[in-house]
Amino acid sequence: MAVDRRASPKGLGSRLIAVSAASFMALFVVLPLTLIFQQAFADGVSRYLAAIADPETLDAIWLTLLIAAIAVPLNTLFGVAAAWCIAKFSFPGKNILVTILDLPLSVSPVIAGMVFVLLFGAQGWFGPALAAHNLKIIFAFPGLVLATLFVTLPYVARQLIPLMLQIGRDEEEAAIVLGAGGLRTFLRVTLPNIKWGLIYGVLLCNARAMGEFGAVAVVSGHITGVTVTMPLQVEIFYNDYHTVAAFAVASLLSLLGLLTLLLRRWLEVEGRGAVGAGMKGLPT
Amino acid sequence: MISVTNLRKQFNGAAALDGISLDIGQGELLALLGPSGSGKTTLLRIIAGLEQADRGTLFIDGQDALPVPPRARGIGFVFQHFALFRHMTAADNIAFGLTVKPRAQRPSRKAIADRVQELLSLVQLEGLGARFPSELSGGQRQRIALARALAVEPKLLLLDEPFGALDAKVRVELRHWLRELHDRLGLTTIFVTHDQEEALELADRVAILNAGRIEQVGRPREVYDRPGSAFVMEFLGEVNKLQCHIAAGRAVLGKQGGPSVDAGTLPAGPAVAYVRPHEIELDPKTPVGACDTVVRSLSVIGPRTRLHLELGGKLIEADADRAQVDALALTAGMTVRIRFKMVRLYTTSPSGMGYWRGSDGTTGQAPIENIRRSLPYSRVG
Repeated sequence: MAVDRRASPKGLGSRLIAVSAASFMALFVVLPLTLIFQQAFADGVSRYLAAIADPETLDAIWLTLLIAAIAVPLNTLFGVAAAWCIAKFSFPGKNILVTILDLPLSVSPVIAGMVFVLLFGAQGWFGPALAAHNLKIIFAFPGLVLATLFVTLPYVARQLIPLMLQIGRDEEEAAIVLGAGGLRTFLRVTLPNIKWGLIYGVLLCNARAMGEFGAVAVVSGHITGVTVTMPLQVEIFYNDYHTVAAFAVASLLSLLGLLTLLLRRWLEVEGRGAVGAGMKGLPT
Repeated sequence: MISVTNLRKQFNGAAALDGISLDIGQGELLALLGPSGSGKTTLLRIIAGLEQADRGTLFIDGQDALPVPPRARGIGFVFQHFALFRHMTAADNIAFGLTVKPRAQRPSRKAIADRVQELLSLVQLEGLGARFPSELSGGQRQRIALARALAVEPKLLLLDEPFGALDAKVRVELRHWLRELHDRLGLTTIFVTHDQEEALELADRVAILNAGRIEQVGRPREVYDRPGSAFVMEFLGEVNKLQCHIAAGRAVLGKQGGPSVDAGTLPAGPAVAYVRPHEIELDPKTPVGACDTVVRSLSVIGPRTRLHLELGGKLIEADADRAQVDALALTAGMTVRIRFKMVRLYTTSPSGMGYWRGSDGTTGQAPIENIRRSLPYSRVG
């Protein structure tokens, strides 16, 4: 453990900087967060609970959970596979794959939603074919899942690639020479080594999947009780001047964010303390 | 018995192995020695099946091994950085190879535990089975890695720079220990190293690799005394390198008018002469084969004295006996007469023929089958 040699701010200049940084944090992070909860509970706990027990809210919560339950496992599988390929092998087109992987992070979510509309919408490429088979993707559940899959694609892979690169291939090679097959090598050697990074990647992926607004808003069509997720429900309540209800749902999303941060903190401590695999460093 | 024939491997168009042929006998301890990039680790990894050969054959105990997947080759591999499973205890690391056997061949839990204990005591780490790799020293990790490789009772043990990641003292200790262990187990073993001292001390035979080719294979004594090529000469220990010219059966060292030595049957033309520092003798009396040098500096290293001598405008190093240096009262600036006890000459022609002559009149020529190619002359020993 390195000793932290940084002193607490002493001089006038550094104090000024420290104070302004703290005020900035308070103004832009702590204050809004507090306001969300203050607004949510503005009319008392019973109104808050009633807003959450509202059938529309419950539908939105259920839909959000369902989308996350599909998108997160799929992207976890994809992320592990992609990270494995990128970190452990060299092949032509590897750099292109890495770049494409970042696309969902760099492109505006609205555009992601638009792309799906262009592909699967009534006037889209596959629109007529889908209509002929009576399949609905846009303004329906599959569209929401697709849009969520797209925007949350990179999270697990991004988290795992540097970790896997750092760990290298030696241990897997050792396992193979010792007689282990591919699956057993993955389960007994690779997976335990990337465990903490993987959990964190899944957490981030989940937070984004539940909180996604832009891409989902484009493909949703705002059909109450059918295609309205929690972030969309917040918007709808707010536009309808149901301030308490809007902030009540918003408070749930905020709690999800806070929980993710807490878990992250815990993972960092746990991951470092655990013998062997660490989130950042390797003990050897 | 391992038999490698004409093995070739390219990485991105560059030849890593450029036609390697090598036989390794049952129970032999063979060192693959060479500078980095010479292909020694690639050769080891191809034998293990971790890398695919482009061409050539590999037979292990008479069986074509190239189509056999690495997990079925019966090989124990010790990685340079040990590659211990960091999330498993030392005991679990050792047991790994046994626990992943197919159910029918897998020993019972009890048998595995017994075998782990047996191996822990073989590598002299009894009682450390519950430790994680991060709780072990470098030398201990190395031993656990070895025990893990031995647990599956391999036919062949491969070690990639086995002492490379250890500090000097541990390295020498482990070297002796590994030799003892090898003698006890009699397991055919190949290890890769770039340290010539390690190879010469530990191995039954040494194969010296350069640029994907084997320069020479032989017992340590053989390759040191009779280097098959100028590359081997330069790679094994310290040398003084003197440009020379062969004419009329004699090689003139350094500038014209310099000392000359018998060049045997080497063809006339440019050549290189090598003299090891300990093969230079201070000899004020005999004029035969002698030459005058000026002492430029002199440092005492324990019982020996390292002299920097100027010969025809070129600095050469000589190891002299302390007593002799003291008797002659040598100091910088003095002139001293030296004698070469052994000079090795290599022609610079592509065939790179070698010839050497000792002060006692013994001569020798590098066996022609050992000579692959002359060295790239940018390497200065």
